[in-house]
Amino acid sequence: MFKLEPRPQASKFWGIGSPLLALIITVIIGIAIFMLMGKDPVKGLLVFFWEPIKSGYALSELAVKATPLLLIALGLAVCFRSNVWNIGAEGQFVLGAVTAGGVALLADKTTGPWIIPLILIAGVLGGMLWAGIVALLRDRFNASEILVSLMLVYVAELVLSYMVYGPWKDPNGFNFPQSKNFEKVTQIPKLFDGTRMNVGLLIALFGVVGMWIFMFRTYGGFQLQVGGLAPAAAKYAGFSSRRALWTALLVSGGMAGLAGALEVAGPIGQLTPYVPAGYGFAAIIVAFVGRLNPIGIVFSAILMSMFYIGGELAQSRLGLPKSLTGVFQGLLLFTLLACDTLIAYRIKFSKSAGGK
Amino acid sequence: MSEAAPTLRLEVKNVTKRYPSVVANSDVNLRVAPGEIHAVLGENGAGKSTLMKIIYGAVKPDIGEVLLDGKQSKIRNPQEARALGISMVFQHFSLFETVTVAENIWLGLDKSLTLANVREQTVRKAKIYGLDVEPDRPVHSLSVGERQRVEIVRALLTDPKVLILDEPTSVLTPQAVRKLFVTLRQLAADGCSVLYISHKLDEIRELCTNCTVLRGGKVTGHVDPRNESNASLSRLMIGAEPPKLQHREVKTGAIGLQAKGLSIVADDPFGVTLDNINFEVRTGEIVGVAGVSGNGQQEFLAALSGESTRAPSGSISLFGNDISKRNPRVRRAGGLHFVPEERLGRGAVPTLSLAANTLLSRASEVVGKPPLSWVSPKATASLAADIIKRFHVKAGGPSAEAKSLSGGNLQKYIVGREISANPKVLIVSQPTWGVDVGAAAQIRGELLKLRDEGCALLVVSEELDELFEVCDRMHVIAKGRLSPSINTADATVEKIGEWMSGLWEVSHAL
Repeated sequence: MFKLEPRPQASKFWGIGSPLLALIITVIIGIAIFMLMGKDPVKGLLVFFWEPIKSGYALSELAVKATPLLLIALGLAVCFRSNVWNIGAEGQFVLGAVTAGGVALLADKTTGPWIIPLILIAGVLGGMLWAGIVALLRDRFNASEILVSLMLVYVAELVLSYMVYGPWKDPNGFNFPQSKNFEKVTQIPKLFDGTRMNVGLLIALFGVVGMWIFMFRTYGGFQLQVGGLAPAAAKYAGFSSRRALWTALLVSGGMAGLAGALEVAGPIGQLTPYVPAGYGFAAIIVAFVGRLNPIGIVFSAILMSMFYIGGELAQSRLGLPKSLTGVFQGLLLFTLLACDTLIAYRIKFSKSAGGK
Repeated sequence: MSEAAPTLRLEVKNVTKRYPSVVANSDVNLRVAPGEIHAVLGENGAGKSTLMKIIYGAVKPDIGEVLLDGKQSKIRNPQEARALGISMVFQHFSLFETVTVAENIWLGLDKSLTLANVREQTVRKAKIYGLDVEPDRPVHSLSVGERQRVEIVRALLTDPKVLILDEPTSVLTPQAVRKLFVTLRQLAADGCSVLYISHKLDEIRELCTNCTVLRGGKVTGHVDPRNESNASLSRLMIGAEPPKLQHREVKTGAIGLQAKGLSIVADDPFGVTLDNINFEVRTGEIVGVAGVSGNGQQEFLAALSGESTRAPSGSISLFGNDISKRNPRVRRAGGLHFVPEERLGRGAVPTLSLAANTLLSRASEVVGKPPLSWVSPKATASLAADIIKRFHVKAGGPSAEAKSLSGGNLQKYIVGREISANPKVLIVSQPTWGVDVGAAAQIRGELLKLRDEGCALLVVSEELDELFEVCDRMHVIAKGRLSPSINTADATVEKIGEWMSGLWEVSHAL
């Protein structure tokens, strides 16, 4: 029927075209899913692709979801570009939330707003600590960072559980596993009244610019990229692979931790066992769909947030399970990986095997 | 040849195989009688592997045919080759480390056999040929020689008519080589034809009764190796004595690069252990290192360039300073530059632009001050443009991806990048590998010019002609050891060829 033929050069067109084609295929499969479940596909698509952007408030909710995805995915892009496979951003996010939450719980009625930078720094350090364990184990014992970072996700969740079931449990919380509500002063400042959008969004957008400059305009970023693209060339040049490993993991861990801090001190406002919302895993998809490019990640973070909100709406409006979000996210990554074949290969329809 | 000989076991007739950039086999003929141990001799890149792949069905020739027992064989893939009685033992083994010997053998065989069956057959076959194989040991616990025996037993279980061995002794100890030879002779006596691919002259002269020599994809001789000398074989393999250049007075200066007692134990099973290497390169001279690849060049170069820092302290010095533990950036700052043999992926990042690729070795000139270490696209582009212009590189400009350049042009770019850094010491590996004649001449000219400007150069190459052309002195590397140096004016291809087998002590004694 057809044959895949290697292209002499990677196609620039499909570098951008592939995520778009993947989205189209995802939508088509989505329509099939809606029909199979006996729902009107038009309604289904509206819920996923129109509802989340139809009003100012909807847009602000989109931004609330996109902020952590954006922050985490930016860090992961640095990692993946350096050939370091940190897939445990979820754990770094959770630990950042725990350490930030710990600082937020220290606040009382007399605390000033200076606590907010401390909360954010604590979150960054928490995420870095968690990613630092991965770096240490890989550096010292050559342990696979894929496995270690993934397993540390579960450890981080258990740490969170221990804190909210134990030492940090709200004494007046009717024995629910959650901390007390953080003091008002620890709230990350909102951007507009009446929305949940806060300065975290600005930090994330600032991160986009910063990451672009770091990756494409500094020697440090160049060294990381060479380490990822051609390890032998990095060795030849004398770029330290250990340094690249540590830098990549600490940067991405710090970003994920920061996202965790912004989340608990922002929309959530307390520590609960439900802090892990899968942002860390979804951000892997965000990073890849955004072509590991900071600008592309902005778009893919928005898209992925639409899936989040669409999934919730599908549950309340159409009576579909919320796990549809995960289905869509997974489909997108799956089709993207398939479509990426077109970057390196072209399809050739052969006549001989056509059965004529 | 013309008498009515018994049917040949294997005949390769007028085979030609072209690849986009190279003719790997050009009108190659090979005739192997039953029960013959036939050597295929040639340097790396001479076309031996392509020829074997054609016989084994892994590659289809453009022209020509392969006859098995006088009949034209239409072998389309290795499975069919095995079914017809052609087995091959590859240089790098394909065994699963975590399972046992018998299980490994079982994996490659007919599914109808039981494991117990295979185990029993393995033991029987191994016994017949005196091959020590313990079927129940897991492969990871076996030495390299033992693994090879497993591969051979596996090949023998199909009762092959032709057994192909690709560089079988490259990973063996001398004792293991003895044992292998005994087995092969016994196999031949039983009527199996053995194709023995090698570049080791002594082994071929000892073991083989017939020898086909390849050079540059062409057959340069069919000889009986027992009647040949190492020198005559190496001449067939390497080519005619190169024209001697008029060697000018060498005005050497200080010692630039020096190794003293450089020994490094190999850290992977296919690596080569460097054994007490001593040499010095002075400013104003080019010193060559000849040798067949796989004799320690990789390890030697990595230790000198700083890509490996496993060299013992004090073993490598740059203008008197110990650099054995220094990384490549520190060495570069001291004036040591290096052109590796792999252009794509080591000397240059394939998917980055030529401009960005200047950052690999010229960062000190184009990167801003730390902590920001700003990379100015303008500075890298202008440096790349300078190199492109000065060294006549054919490229789409500084923004062209490295992999879009032809091999020769990329080599010119990389050599140019290192030369225009005004190095005090330059190490070049395979300066003209896969480069067309014009570019090769240009690169050699640049190296000579650099020497006249007072740089100390070390050139590692497998091409003897090239070394004879540019070098003032030469060493030979063999089995991880470095020969004494010989002035190019006093060297002959025969002598260097002998040294390549590691025989310099002998020829010194004579």
